[in-house]
Amino acid sequence: MSEHDAAPGAAAQQVRAFLERRREQIAQRWADAPLFRTVFTVSRDEAVEASKAVADALAAVAASGRLEDITAAGYGTVREQLGRTAAARARTGCSPARIADEVAALRAPAAELLRAEFPDPAAPRAQECLLALALLMGTLRLVVMETALSTGEDLIERQRQQLLEATTPVIKLWDGIIAVPLIGTLDSARSQVVMENLLDAVVAERARYAILDITGVPTVDSLVAQHLMKTVAAARLMGAECVVSGIRPAIAQTIVHLGIDLGAIVTRARLSDALVYALRRLDVEISGPVPAVAGRP
Amino acid sequence: MQTSPGTAATILPIGSDADLAWARHQVRQAAAALGFGLVQQTKLITAASELARNTLVHGGGGHLEITPVAHGKARGLRLSFVDTGPGIRDLELAMTDGYTTGGGLGLGLSGARRLVHEFRVDTRPGGGTTVTVVMWLAGMPVPRPGTG
Amino acid sequence: MSVPSPGYAAPVPVLALGDVLLVTLQGDLHDDTAERLRQDLTRRIARHSGGRVTGVVIDISGVEVVDSYLGRVLAEIAASARLLAARTVLTGMRPAVAITLVELGLTLPGLLTALDVERALELLSGPDPAGARAPDAEGGG
Repeated sequence: MSEHDAAPGAAAQQVRAFLERRREQIAQRWADAPLFRTVFTVSRDEAVEASKAVADALAAVAASGRLEDITAAGYGTVREQLGRTAAARARTGCSPARIADEVAALRAPAAELLRAEFPDPAAPRAQECLLALALLMGTLRLVVMETALSTGEDLIERQRQQLLEATTPVIKLWDGIIAVPLIGTLDSARSQVVMENLLDAVVAERARYAILDITGVPTVDSLVAQHLMKTVAAARLMGAECVVSGIRPAIAQTIVHLGIDLGAIVTRARLSDALVYALRRLDVEISGPVPAVAGRP
Repeated sequence: MQTSPGTAATILPIGSDADLAWARHQVRQAAAALGFGLVQQTKLITAASELARNTLVHGGGGHLEITPVAHGKARGLRLSFVDTGPGIRDLELAMTDGYTTGGGLGLGLSGARRLVHEFRVDTRPGGGTTVTVVMWLAGMPVPRPGTG
Repeated sequence: MSVPSPGYAAPVPVLALGDVLLVTLQGDLHDDTAERLRQDLTRRIARHSGGRVTGVVIDISGVEVVDSYLGRVLAEIAASARLLAARTVLTGMRPAVAITLVELGLTLPGLLTALDVERALELLSGPDPAGARAPDAEGGG
Protein backbone atom coordinates (compact mmCIF):
# COMPACT_ATOMS: atom_id res chain seq x y z
CA MET A 1 0.00 0.00 0.00
CA SER A 2 1.16 3.54 -0.72
CA GLU A 3 2.51 5.95 1.82
CA HIS A 4 1.28 9.48 1.92
CA ASP A 5 3.51 12.14 0.41
CA ALA A 6 2.73 14.71 3.08
CA ALA A 7 3.66 12.32 5.85
CA PRO A 8 7.13 11.14 5.04
CA GLY A 9 8.81 8.63 7.29
CA ALA A 10 10.39 11.23 9.55
CA ALA A 11 7.09 12.79 10.70
CA ALA A 12 5.55 9.37 11.24
CA GLN A 13 8.51 8.34 13.38
CA GLN A 14 8.26 11.55 15.38
CA VAL A 15 4.59 10.86 16.01
CA ARG A 16 5.47 7.34 17.09
CA ALA A 17 8.01 8.71 19.57
CA PHE A 18 5.43 11.18 20.83
CA LEU A 19 2.78 8.45 21.30
CA GLU A 20 5.25 6.37 23.31
CA ARG A 21 6.55 9.24 25.42
CA ARG A 22 3.15 10.77 26.17
CA ARG A 23 1.33 7.46 26.45
CA GLU A 24 0.21 8.11 30.02
CA GLN A 25 -1.10 11.65 29.42
CA ILE A 26 -2.90 10.67 26.22
CA ALA A 27 -4.53 7.71 27.93
CA GLN A 28 -5.66 9.89 30.84
CA ARG A 29 -7.38 12.30 28.47
CA TRP A 30 -8.92 9.61 26.30
CA ALA A 31 -10.33 7.84 29.33
CA ASP A 32 -12.59 10.87 29.81
CA ALA A 33 -13.74 10.87 26.19
CA PRO A 34 -17.31 9.58 25.61
CA LEU A 35 -16.13 6.45 23.76
CA PHE A 36 -14.32 5.00 26.76
CA ARG A 37 -16.20 6.75 29.56
CA THR A 38 -19.57 5.32 28.52
CA VAL A 39 -18.29 1.77 28.22
CA PHE A 40 -16.07 1.52 31.27
CA THR A 41 -18.55 3.04 33.67
CA VAL A 42 -17.40 1.06 36.68
CA SER A 43 -13.66 1.56 36.67
CA ARG A 44 -11.79 4.51 35.24
CA ASP A 45 -8.56 2.50 35.46
CA GLU A 46 -9.94 0.10 32.91
CA ALA A 47 -10.72 2.97 30.59
CA VAL A 48 -7.14 4.21 30.99
CA GLU A 49 -5.76 0.74 30.26
CA ALA A 50 -7.93 0.42 27.16
CA SER A 51 -6.78 3.86 26.02
CA LYS A 52 -3.13 2.87 26.50
CA ALA A 53 -3.65 -0.22 24.37
CA VAL A 54 -5.01 1.97 21.60
CA ALA A 55 -2.11 4.41 21.90
CA ASP A 56 0.37 1.51 21.72
CA ALA A 57 -1.32 0.15 18.65
CA LEU A 58 -1.23 3.54 16.96
CA ALA A 59 2.47 3.82 17.79
CA ALA A 60 3.05 0.45 16.14
CA VAL A 61 1.24 1.60 13.01
CA ALA A 62 3.19 4.87 12.97
CA ALA A 63 6.40 2.87 13.25
CA SER A 64 5.45 0.92 10.14
CA GLY A 65 4.82 4.21 8.31
CA ARG A 66 1.59 2.86 6.78
CA LEU A 67 -0.64 5.54 8.27
CA GLU A 68 -3.44 5.17 5.76
CA ASP A 69 -3.51 1.41 5.46
CA ILE A 70 -6.44 -0.05 7.38
CA THR A 71 -4.88 -3.47 6.99
CA ALA A 72 -1.65 -2.40 8.74
CA ALA A 73 -0.61 -4.96 11.34
CA GLY A 74 -0.88 -2.52 14.26
CA TYR A 75 -4.60 -2.01 13.67
CA GLY A 76 -5.18 -5.68 14.45
CA THR A 77 -4.98 -4.98 18.19
CA VAL A 78 -7.05 -1.83 17.82
CA ARG A 79 -9.64 -3.76 15.90
CA GLU A 80 -10.03 -6.20 18.74
CA GLN A 81 -9.82 -3.64 21.53
CA LEU A 82 -12.01 -0.95 20.03
CA GLY A 83 -14.15 -3.57 18.32
CA ARG A 84 -15.29 -4.80 21.72
CA THR A 85 -15.80 -1.24 22.90
CA ALA A 86 -17.76 -0.35 19.80
CA ALA A 87 -19.83 -3.52 20.06
CA ALA A 88 -20.70 -2.58 23.64
CA ARG A 89 -21.74 0.87 22.43
CA ALA A 90 -23.72 -0.67 19.58
CA ARG A 91 -25.64 -2.87 22.01
CA THR A 92 -26.81 0.23 23.85
CA GLY A 93 -28.31 1.41 20.58
CA CYS A 94 -25.46 3.58 19.40
CA SER A 95 -25.25 3.86 15.62
CA PRO A 96 -21.98 3.14 13.81
CA ALA A 97 -21.91 6.77 12.69
CA ARG A 98 -22.12 7.97 16.29
CA ILE A 99 -19.36 5.56 17.30
CA ALA A 100 -17.22 6.88 14.45
CA ASP A 101 -17.79 10.42 15.73
CA GLU A 102 -16.70 9.36 19.19
CA VAL A 103 -13.53 7.87 17.76
CA ALA A 104 -12.93 11.09 15.82
CA ALA A 105 -13.28 12.98 19.09
CA LEU A 106 -10.11 11.26 20.34
CA ARG A 107 -8.04 13.30 17.90
CA ALA A 108 -8.41 16.70 19.53
CA PRO A 109 -6.90 15.84 22.95
CA ALA A 110 -3.99 14.00 21.32
CA ALA A 111 -3.38 16.81 18.84
CA GLU A 112 -3.37 19.32 21.65
CA LEU A 113 -0.64 17.40 23.45
CA LEU A 114 1.33 17.04 20.24
CA ARG A 115 1.10 20.76 19.49
CA ALA A 116 2.46 21.49 22.95
CA GLU A 117 5.59 19.52 22.05
CA PHE A 118 6.66 22.22 19.61
CA PRO A 119 7.90 25.68 20.60
CA ASP A 120 6.33 27.01 17.39
CA PRO A 121 3.26 24.97 16.44
CA ALA A 122 3.09 26.81 13.11
CA ALA A 123 6.52 25.52 12.04
CA PRO A 124 6.47 23.20 8.98
CA ARG A 125 7.76 20.29 11.03
CA ALA A 126 4.97 20.63 13.58
CA GLN A 127 2.40 20.84 10.79
CA GLU A 128 3.78 17.66 9.24
CA CYS A 129 3.52 15.82 12.53
CA LEU A 130 0.00 17.08 13.16
CA LEU A 131 -0.98 15.97 9.69
CA ALA A 132 0.54 12.54 10.29
CA LEU A 133 -1.44 12.24 13.52
CA ALA A 134 -4.61 13.35 11.74
CA LEU A 135 -4.07 10.67 9.09
CA LEU A 136 -3.45 8.06 11.73
CA MET A 137 -6.62 8.99 13.63
CA GLY A 138 -8.64 9.14 10.41
CA THR A 139 -7.62 5.62 9.52
CA LEU A 140 -8.41 4.49 13.06
CA ARG A 141 -11.91 5.90 12.60
CA LEU A 142 -12.33 3.84 9.44
CA VAL A 143 -11.08 0.70 11.14
CA VAL A 144 -13.54 1.09 14.01
CA MET A 145 -16.37 1.95 11.66
CA GLU A 146 -15.70 -1.17 9.63
CA THR A 147 -15.47 -3.34 12.74
CA ALA A 148 -18.66 -1.90 14.20
CA LEU A 149 -20.55 -2.50 10.98
CA SER A 150 -19.45 -6.10 10.59
CA THR A 151 -20.11 -6.87 14.27
CA GLY A 152 -23.62 -5.56 13.79
CA GLU A 153 -24.09 -7.66 10.68
CA ASP A 154 -22.90 -10.81 12.41
CA LEU A 155 -25.22 -10.18 15.32
CA ILE A 156 -28.23 -9.54 13.12
CA GLU A 157 -27.48 -12.58 10.98
CA ARG A 158 -27.15 -14.83 14.04
CA GLN A 159 -30.37 -13.57 15.58
CA ARG A 160 -32.19 -13.88 12.28
CA GLN A 161 -31.11 -17.51 11.98
CA GLN A 162 -32.15 -18.30 15.56
CA LEU A 163 -35.50 -16.66 14.99
CA LEU A 164 -36.04 -18.69 11.84
CA GLU A 165 -35.41 -21.95 13.65
CA ALA A 166 -37.49 -20.99 16.66
CA THR A 167 -40.55 -19.87 14.75
CA THR A 168 -41.05 -22.93 12.59
CA PRO A 169 -41.61 -25.99 14.78
CA VAL A 170 -42.84 -29.22 13.26
CA ILE A 171 -45.31 -31.12 15.43
CA LYS A 172 -46.26 -34.77 15.20
CA LEU A 173 -50.05 -35.00 15.52
CA TRP A 174 -50.53 -38.71 14.91
CA ASP A 175 -48.64 -41.65 13.53
CA GLY A 176 -47.95 -40.56 9.98
CA ILE A 177 -49.35 -37.02 10.40
CA ILE A 178 -47.25 -33.93 11.07
CA ALA A 179 -48.18 -30.25 11.22
CA VAL A 180 -46.41 -26.91 10.94
CA PRO A 181 -48.37 -24.05 12.47
CA LEU A 182 -47.05 -20.94 10.75
CA ILE A 183 -47.22 -17.72 12.73
CA GLY A 184 -46.15 -14.32 11.50
CA THR A 185 -44.97 -13.02 8.19
CA LEU A 186 -43.51 -15.48 5.73
CA ASP A 187 -40.60 -14.14 3.78
CA SER A 188 -38.50 -16.00 1.29
CA ALA A 189 -35.83 -17.13 3.76
CA ARG A 190 -38.36 -18.35 6.29
CA SER A 191 -40.39 -20.18 3.67
CA GLN A 192 -37.20 -21.98 2.74
CA VAL A 193 -36.61 -23.06 6.34
CA VAL A 194 -40.24 -24.15 6.68
CA MET A 195 -39.96 -26.26 3.57
CA GLU A 196 -36.71 -27.94 4.64
CA ASN A 197 -37.92 -28.60 8.20
CA LEU A 198 -41.20 -30.02 6.97
CA LEU A 199 -39.60 -32.33 4.42
CA ASP A 200 -36.99 -33.54 6.92
CA ALA A 201 -39.81 -34.31 9.36
CA VAL A 202 -41.67 -36.23 6.64
CA VAL A 203 -38.67 -38.55 6.44
CA ALA A 204 -38.01 -38.72 10.19
CA GLU A 205 -41.66 -39.40 11.12
CA ARG A 206 -42.48 -41.41 8.01
CA ALA A 207 -45.35 -38.97 7.64
CA ARG A 208 -47.87 -39.56 4.89
CA TYR A 209 -49.67 -36.32 5.63
CA ALA A 210 -48.22 -32.91 6.39
CA ILE A 211 -50.49 -30.07 7.47
CA LEU A 212 -49.42 -26.49 6.83
CA ASP A 213 -51.57 -24.31 9.04
CA ILE A 214 -51.46 -20.65 8.02
CA THR A 215 -54.05 -19.36 10.51
CA GLY A 216 -51.37 -17.15 12.06
CA VAL A 217 -50.08 -15.72 8.80
CA PRO A 218 -51.34 -12.15 8.34
CA THR A 219 -51.02 -11.88 4.58
CA VAL A 220 -50.34 -14.15 1.67
CA ASP A 221 -48.83 -12.55 -1.41
CA SER A 222 -47.97 -14.30 -4.62
CA LEU A 223 -44.46 -15.12 -3.40
CA VAL A 224 -45.76 -16.85 -0.28
CA ALA A 225 -48.40 -18.69 -2.28
CA GLN A 226 -45.66 -19.82 -4.64
CA HIS A 227 -43.62 -21.13 -1.72
CA LEU A 228 -46.61 -23.01 -0.36
CA MET A 229 -47.13 -24.63 -3.73
CA LYS A 230 -43.46 -25.55 -3.99
CA THR A 231 -43.59 -27.17 -0.55
CA VAL A 232 -46.67 -29.15 -1.54
CA ALA A 233 -45.02 -30.26 -4.79
CA ALA A 234 -41.79 -31.30 -3.06
CA ALA A 235 -43.69 -33.28 -0.40
CA ARG A 236 -45.63 -35.06 -3.15
CA LEU A 237 -42.40 -36.04 -4.88
CA MET A 238 -41.33 -37.67 -1.62
CA GLY A 239 -44.59 -39.53 -1.30
CA ALA A 240 -46.39 -37.36 1.24
CA GLU A 241 -49.51 -35.25 0.84
CA CYS A 242 -49.74 -31.67 2.11
CA VAL A 243 -52.94 -30.13 3.41
CA VAL A 244 -53.09 -26.36 3.84
CA SER A 245 -55.40 -25.24 6.60
CA GLY A 246 -56.40 -21.91 8.12
CA ILE A 247 -56.85 -19.87 4.96
CA ARG A 248 -58.87 -16.93 6.34
CA PRO A 249 -61.54 -15.37 4.12
CA ALA A 250 -59.46 -12.25 3.52
CA ILE A 251 -56.51 -14.36 2.41
CA ALA A 252 -58.74 -16.50 0.21
CA GLN A 253 -59.92 -13.31 -1.50
CA THR A 254 -56.36 -12.10 -1.99
CA ILE A 255 -55.42 -15.42 -3.53
CA VAL A 256 -58.32 -15.16 -5.95
CA HIS A 257 -57.44 -11.54 -6.76
CA LEU A 258 -53.82 -12.47 -7.45
CA GLY A 259 -55.06 -15.08 -9.86
CA ILE A 260 -53.16 -17.83 -8.06
CA ASP A 261 -54.48 -21.31 -8.71
CA LEU A 262 -54.36 -23.38 -5.54
CA GLY A 263 -56.59 -25.91 -7.27
CA ALA A 264 -54.08 -28.75 -7.01
CA ILE A 265 -53.72 -28.24 -3.27
CA VAL A 266 -55.94 -29.83 -0.65
CA THR A 267 -57.22 -27.10 1.67
CA ARG A 268 -59.31 -27.19 4.82
CA ALA A 269 -60.80 -24.36 6.83
CA ARG A 270 -59.27 -25.28 10.17
CA LEU A 271 -56.35 -27.31 11.44
CA SER A 272 -58.82 -29.73 13.06
CA ASP A 273 -60.56 -30.27 9.71
CA ALA A 274 -57.23 -31.02 8.10
CA LEU A 275 -56.43 -33.51 10.86
CA VAL A 276 -59.79 -35.24 10.36
CA TYR A 277 -59.12 -35.41 6.62
CA ALA A 278 -55.71 -37.02 7.17
CA LEU A 279 -56.99 -39.45 9.82
CA ARG A 280 -59.79 -40.62 7.52
CA ARG A 281 -57.33 -41.15 4.68
CA LEU A 282 -55.23 -43.26 7.05
CA ASP A 283 -58.35 -45.28 7.87
CA VAL A 284 -58.28 -44.19 11.49
CA GLU A 285 -61.73 -44.50 12.94
CA ILE A 286 -63.09 -41.37 14.56
CA SER A 287 -65.96 -41.96 16.97
CA GLY A 288 -68.28 -39.31 18.32
CA PRO A 289 -68.78 -35.90 16.79
CA VAL A 290 -65.86 -34.44 14.93
CA PRO A 291 -64.13 -32.06 17.35
CA ALA A 292 -64.82 -28.40 16.67
CA VAL A 293 -61.47 -26.98 17.68
CA ALA A 294 -61.25 -23.29 17.01
CA GLY A 295 -58.98 -22.47 14.14
CA ARG A 296 -58.04 -19.02 15.39
CA PRO A 297 -55.27 -18.22 17.83
CA MET B 1 -17.29 -10.41 -7.88
CA GLN B 2 -13.67 -10.92 -7.05
CA THR B 3 -11.56 -13.97 -6.72
CA SER B 4 -9.96 -14.38 -3.35
CA PRO B 5 -6.20 -14.49 -3.64
CA GLY B 6 -4.48 -17.83 -3.57
CA THR B 7 -7.46 -19.91 -4.64
CA ALA B 8 -6.80 -21.73 -7.84
CA ALA B 9 -9.43 -22.81 -10.31
CA THR B 10 -10.04 -26.48 -11.01
CA ILE B 11 -10.43 -27.21 -14.70
CA LEU B 12 -12.21 -30.36 -15.89
CA PRO B 13 -12.80 -31.58 -19.42
CA ILE B 14 -16.37 -32.23 -20.57
CA GLY B 15 -16.25 -34.70 -23.43
CA SER B 16 -18.24 -37.74 -22.39
CA ASP B 17 -20.89 -39.19 -20.09
CA ALA B 18 -18.22 -40.20 -17.63
CA ASP B 19 -16.95 -36.61 -17.60
CA LEU B 20 -20.41 -35.43 -16.54
CA ALA B 21 -20.35 -37.80 -13.59
CA TRP B 22 -16.84 -36.68 -12.70
CA ALA B 23 -17.86 -33.02 -12.95
CA ARG B 24 -20.78 -33.62 -10.55
CA HIS B 25 -18.41 -35.35 -8.18
CA GLN B 26 -15.89 -32.49 -8.26
CA VAL B 27 -18.57 -29.82 -7.78
CA ARG B 28 -19.85 -31.74 -4.77
CA GLN B 29 -16.35 -31.90 -3.29
CA ALA B 30 -15.76 -28.19 -3.81
CA ALA B 31 -19.18 -27.23 -2.41
CA ALA B 32 -18.78 -29.46 0.64
CA ALA B 33 -15.29 -28.08 1.29
CA LEU B 34 -16.71 -24.55 1.36
CA GLY B 35 -19.37 -25.59 3.86
CA PHE B 36 -22.47 -25.55 1.67
CA GLY B 37 -25.52 -27.21 3.22
CA LEU B 38 -27.05 -30.31 1.70
CA VAL B 39 -29.86 -28.51 -0.14
CA GLN B 40 -27.53 -25.91 -1.60
CA GLN B 41 -25.04 -28.60 -2.61
CA THR B 42 -27.76 -30.56 -4.35
CA LYS B 43 -29.04 -27.48 -6.19
CA LEU B 44 -25.56 -26.54 -7.34
CA ILE B 45 -24.65 -30.06 -8.49
CA THR B 46 -27.94 -30.37 -10.35
CA ALA B 47 -27.40 -27.03 -12.07
CA ALA B 48 -23.86 -28.16 -12.95
CA SER B 49 -25.20 -31.40 -14.38
CA GLU B 50 -27.68 -29.54 -16.60
CA LEU B 51 -25.10 -27.06 -17.83
CA ALA B 52 -22.34 -29.62 -18.35
CA ARG B 53 -24.74 -31.69 -20.42
CA ASN B 54 -25.54 -28.59 -22.48
CA THR B 55 -21.82 -28.10 -23.06
CA LEU B 56 -21.51 -31.72 -24.15
CA VAL B 57 -24.63 -32.03 -26.28
CA HIS B 58 -24.97 -28.56 -27.81
CA GLY B 59 -21.43 -27.25 -27.59
CA GLY B 60 -19.76 -30.43 -28.75
CA GLY B 61 -17.80 -30.65 -25.50
CA GLY B 62 -15.58 -28.18 -23.69
CA HIS B 63 -14.50 -27.66 -20.13
CA LEU B 64 -15.70 -26.69 -16.67
CA GLU B 65 -13.87 -24.26 -14.42
CA ILE B 66 -14.57 -24.42 -10.68
CA THR B 67 -13.40 -21.37 -8.71
CA PRO B 68 -14.00 -20.40 -5.07
CA VAL B 69 -14.96 -16.71 -4.92
CA ALA B 70 -15.28 -14.07 -2.21
CA HIS B 71 -17.20 -10.84 -2.03
CA GLY B 72 -16.60 -9.00 1.22
CA LYS B 73 -17.44 -11.60 3.84
CA ALA B 74 -19.52 -13.74 1.52
CA ARG B 75 -18.02 -16.97 0.17
CA GLY B 76 -19.18 -18.79 -2.88
CA LEU B 77 -18.40 -21.04 -5.77
CA ARG B 78 -18.25 -20.01 -9.41
CA LEU B 79 -18.70 -22.53 -12.20
CA SER B 80 -17.93 -21.67 -15.81
CA PHE B 81 -18.97 -23.99 -18.63
CA VAL B 82 -17.02 -23.21 -21.76
CA ASP B 83 -17.45 -24.62 -25.24
CA THR B 84 -16.36 -23.59 -28.72
CA GLY B 85 -19.47 -24.92 -30.39
CA PRO B 86 -21.96 -23.17 -32.68
CA GLY B 87 -23.20 -20.77 -29.98
CA ILE B 88 -26.81 -20.02 -29.19
CA ARG B 89 -28.64 -18.12 -31.93
CA ASP B 90 -31.68 -17.04 -29.94
CA LEU B 91 -30.72 -16.80 -26.29
CA GLU B 92 -34.13 -15.61 -25.15
CA LEU B 93 -35.76 -18.60 -26.78
CA ALA B 94 -33.16 -20.97 -25.34
CA MET B 95 -33.91 -19.61 -21.87
CA THR B 96 -37.61 -20.44 -22.19
CA ASP B 97 -38.99 -23.34 -20.15
CA GLY B 98 -39.71 -26.30 -22.35
CA TYR B 99 -37.68 -25.10 -25.33
CA THR B 100 -35.40 -27.88 -26.50
CA THR B 101 -33.29 -28.86 -29.45
CA GLY B 102 -31.61 -31.79 -27.78
CA GLY B 103 -34.48 -34.13 -27.00
CA GLY B 104 -34.53 -33.31 -23.29
CA LEU B 105 -37.21 -31.60 -21.26
CA GLY B 106 -35.95 -28.17 -22.24
CA LEU B 107 -35.21 -27.28 -18.62
CA GLY B 108 -31.43 -27.15 -18.97
CA LEU B 109 -30.70 -23.42 -19.09
CA SER B 110 -33.91 -22.05 -17.61
CA GLY B 111 -33.99 -24.64 -14.83
CA ALA B 112 -30.35 -24.25 -13.91
CA ARG B 113 -30.84 -20.50 -13.66
CA ARG B 114 -33.45 -20.97 -10.95
CA LEU B 115 -31.09 -23.12 -8.89
CA VAL B 116 -28.24 -20.62 -8.49
CA HIS B 117 -27.77 -17.04 -7.30
CA GLU B 118 -26.02 -15.62 -10.34
CA PHE B 119 -26.31 -16.72 -13.92
CA ARG B 120 -24.71 -15.34 -17.07
CA VAL B 121 -24.52 -16.56 -20.65
CA ASP B 122 -21.96 -15.24 -23.13
CA THR B 123 -22.54 -16.57 -26.58
CA ARG B 124 -21.91 -15.65 -30.21
CA PRO B 125 -23.18 -17.51 -33.26
CA GLY B 126 -20.19 -19.58 -34.32
CA GLY B 127 -18.13 -18.31 -31.42
CA GLY B 128 -18.95 -20.78 -28.68
CA THR B 129 -20.83 -20.39 -25.43
CA THR B 130 -19.75 -19.70 -21.85
CA VAL B 131 -22.27 -20.10 -19.06
CA THR B 132 -21.13 -18.79 -15.68
CA VAL B 133 -23.04 -19.40 -12.47
CA VAL B 134 -22.30 -18.44 -8.86
CA MET B 135 -23.75 -19.89 -5.69
CA TRP B 136 -23.18 -18.04 -2.41
CA LEU B 137 -23.06 -19.71 0.97
CA ALA B 138 -26.37 -19.34 2.80
CA GLY B 139 -26.43 -17.18 5.90
CA MET B 140 -24.14 -14.62 4.33
CA PRO B 141 -25.17 -11.25 3.02
CA VAL B 142 -25.54 -12.24 -0.60
CA PRO B 143 -24.81 -9.80 -3.40
CA ARG B 144 -27.74 -10.75 -5.55
CA PRO B 145 -28.38 -9.03 -8.84
CA GLY B 146 -31.62 -9.93 -10.62
CA THR B 147 -31.75 -13.64 -11.15
CA GLY B 148 -35.32 -13.79 -12.40
CA MET C 1 -29.86 -42.95 -28.72
CA SER C 2 -29.97 -46.76 -28.76
CA VAL C 3 -26.34 -47.13 -29.75
CA PRO C 4 -24.64 -49.16 -27.01
CA SER C 5 -21.95 -47.04 -25.42
CA PRO C 6 -18.54 -48.14 -24.20
CA GLY C 7 -19.10 -50.20 -21.09
CA TYR C 8 -18.37 -47.79 -18.28
CA ALA C 9 -21.91 -47.70 -17.00
CA ALA C 10 -22.83 -50.75 -14.95
CA PRO C 11 -26.35 -52.05 -15.55
CA VAL C 12 -28.97 -51.64 -12.84
CA PRO C 13 -30.37 -54.92 -11.47
CA VAL C 14 -34.15 -55.39 -11.74
CA LEU C 15 -35.80 -57.60 -9.13
CA ALA C 16 -39.14 -59.34 -9.73
CA LEU C 17 -41.42 -59.52 -6.66
CA GLY C 18 -44.46 -61.41 -7.88
CA ASP C 19 -46.08 -59.14 -10.43
CA VAL C 20 -44.03 -56.12 -9.38
CA LEU C 21 -40.60 -55.13 -10.67
CA LEU C 22 -38.33 -53.48 -8.12
CA VAL C 23 -35.40 -51.29 -9.12
CA THR C 24 -32.99 -49.77 -6.63
CA LEU C 25 -30.91 -46.89 -7.93
CA GLN C 26 -27.70 -46.00 -6.11
CA GLY C 27 -25.25 -43.13 -6.22
CA ASP C 28 -24.43 -41.17 -9.34
CA LEU C 29 -26.19 -42.54 -12.40
CA HIS C 30 -24.61 -42.10 -15.81
CA ASP C 31 -26.88 -41.01 -18.63
CA ASP C 32 -26.15 -44.29 -20.42
CA THR C 33 -27.11 -46.39 -17.41
CA ALA C 34 -30.41 -44.56 -17.04
CA GLU C 35 -31.20 -44.95 -20.70
CA ARG C 36 -30.35 -48.65 -20.63
CA LEU C 37 -32.54 -49.14 -17.56
CA ARG C 38 -35.45 -47.55 -19.43
CA GLN C 39 -35.05 -50.00 -22.31
CA ASP C 40 -34.57 -52.94 -19.94
CA LEU C 41 -37.70 -52.20 -17.95
CA THR C 42 -39.89 -51.59 -20.97
CA ARG C 43 -38.73 -54.88 -22.48
CA ARG C 44 -39.33 -56.80 -19.27
CA ILE C 45 -42.81 -55.41 -18.74
CA ALA C 46 -43.75 -56.27 -22.30
CA ARG C 47 -42.16 -59.73 -22.25
CA HIS C 48 -43.34 -60.88 -18.84
CA SER C 49 -45.79 -63.31 -20.42
CA GLY C 50 -46.39 -65.67 -17.45
CA GLY C 51 -48.38 -63.27 -15.35
CA ARG C 52 -48.46 -59.66 -16.30
CA VAL C 53 -46.43 -56.99 -14.53
CA THR C 54 -48.83 -54.72 -12.70
CA GLY C 55 -46.35 -52.36 -11.14
CA VAL C 56 -42.83 -50.98 -11.15
CA VAL C 57 -41.22 -49.61 -8.00
CA ILE C 58 -38.15 -47.41 -8.43
CA ASP C 59 -36.37 -46.73 -5.18
CA ILE C 60 -34.17 -43.63 -5.37
CA SER C 61 -33.39 -43.27 -1.65
CA GLY C 62 -29.73 -43.83 -2.54
CA VAL C 63 -29.68 -41.17 -5.25
CA GLU C 64 -28.19 -37.79 -4.37
CA VAL C 65 -28.90 -35.94 -7.61
CA VAL C 66 -31.79 -36.14 -10.04
CA ASP C 67 -31.39 -33.78 -12.97
CA SER C 68 -33.76 -33.19 -15.87
CA TYR C 69 -32.21 -36.03 -17.87
CA LEU C 70 -32.84 -38.65 -15.21
CA GLY C 71 -36.20 -37.02 -14.54
CA ARG C 72 -37.14 -37.43 -18.19
CA VAL C 73 -36.04 -41.08 -18.17
CA LEU C 74 -38.15 -41.78 -15.08
CA ALA C 75 -41.18 -40.07 -16.64
CA GLU C 76 -40.69 -42.10 -19.82
CA ILE C 77 -40.48 -45.36 -17.86
CA ALA C 78 -43.78 -44.50 -16.20
CA ALA C 79 -45.36 -43.58 -19.53
CA SER C 80 -44.35 -46.79 -21.28
CA ALA C 81 -45.34 -48.86 -18.24
CA ARG C 82 -48.70 -47.16 -18.39
CA LEU C 83 -49.14 -48.18 -22.01
CA LEU C 84 -48.50 -51.76 -20.91
CA ALA C 85 -51.04 -51.44 -18.08
CA ALA C 86 -48.54 -51.20 -15.25
CA ARG C 87 -48.21 -48.46 -12.65
CA THR C 88 -44.88 -46.93 -11.65
CA VAL C 89 -44.14 -45.71 -8.13
CA LEU C 90 -41.11 -43.63 -7.28
CA THR C 91 -40.01 -44.03 -3.68
CA GLY C 92 -37.57 -42.62 -1.17
CA MET C 93 -36.76 -39.31 -2.80
CA ARG C 94 -34.57 -37.26 -0.47
CA PRO C 95 -35.78 -33.82 0.68
CA ALA C 96 -32.87 -31.99 -0.97
CA VAL C 97 -33.58 -33.75 -4.26
CA ALA C 98 -37.30 -32.95 -4.04
CA ILE C 99 -36.64 -29.26 -3.34
CA THR C 100 -34.20 -29.09 -6.24
CA LEU C 101 -36.57 -30.79 -8.69
CA VAL C 102 -39.39 -28.41 -7.81
CA GLU C 103 -37.08 -25.41 -8.25
CA LEU C 104 -35.91 -26.88 -11.54
CA GLY C 105 -39.52 -27.02 -12.65
CA LEU C 106 -39.74 -30.81 -12.77
CA THR C 107 -42.69 -32.08 -10.73
CA LEU C 108 -43.13 -35.43 -12.53
CA PRO C 109 -46.95 -35.31 -12.55
CA GLY C 110 -47.27 -38.71 -14.23
CA LEU C 111 -45.49 -40.59 -11.48
CA LEU C 112 -46.96 -42.05 -8.32
CA THR C 113 -44.79 -41.52 -5.26
CA ALA C 114 -44.38 -43.20 -1.89
CA LEU C 115 -42.17 -42.70 1.15
CA ASP C 116 -40.59 -46.15 0.97
CA VAL C 117 -40.78 -49.46 -0.86
CA GLU C 118 -43.20 -50.94 1.69
CA ARG C 119 -45.69 -48.12 1.10
CA ALA C 120 -45.17 -48.39 -2.63
CA LEU C 121 -46.12 -52.06 -2.61
CA GLU C 122 -49.13 -51.20 -0.46
CA LEU C 123 -50.15 -48.57 -2.97
CA LEU C 124 -49.78 -50.98 -5.88
CA SER C 125 -51.87 -53.65 -4.15
CA GLY C 126 -54.73 -51.13 -3.91
CA PRO C 127 -57.20 -50.37 -6.69
CA ASP C 128 -55.86 -48.76 -9.84
CA PRO C 129 -57.62 -45.44 -10.27
CA ALA C 130 -58.49 -44.82 -13.89
CA GLY C 131 -55.89 -42.74 -15.61
CA ALA C 132 -53.30 -43.47 -12.92
CA ARG C 133 -52.57 -39.83 -12.35
CA ALA C 134 -51.27 -38.21 -9.18
CA PRO C 135 -52.53 -39.85 -5.97
CA ASP C 136 -55.38 -37.42 -5.37
CA ALA C 137 -58.23 -39.57 -6.59
CA GLU C 138 -57.79 -42.75 -4.61
CA GLY C 139 -58.51 -44.02 -1.12
CA GLY C 140 -60.83 -41.89 1.03
CA GLY C 141 -63.49 -42.56 3.67
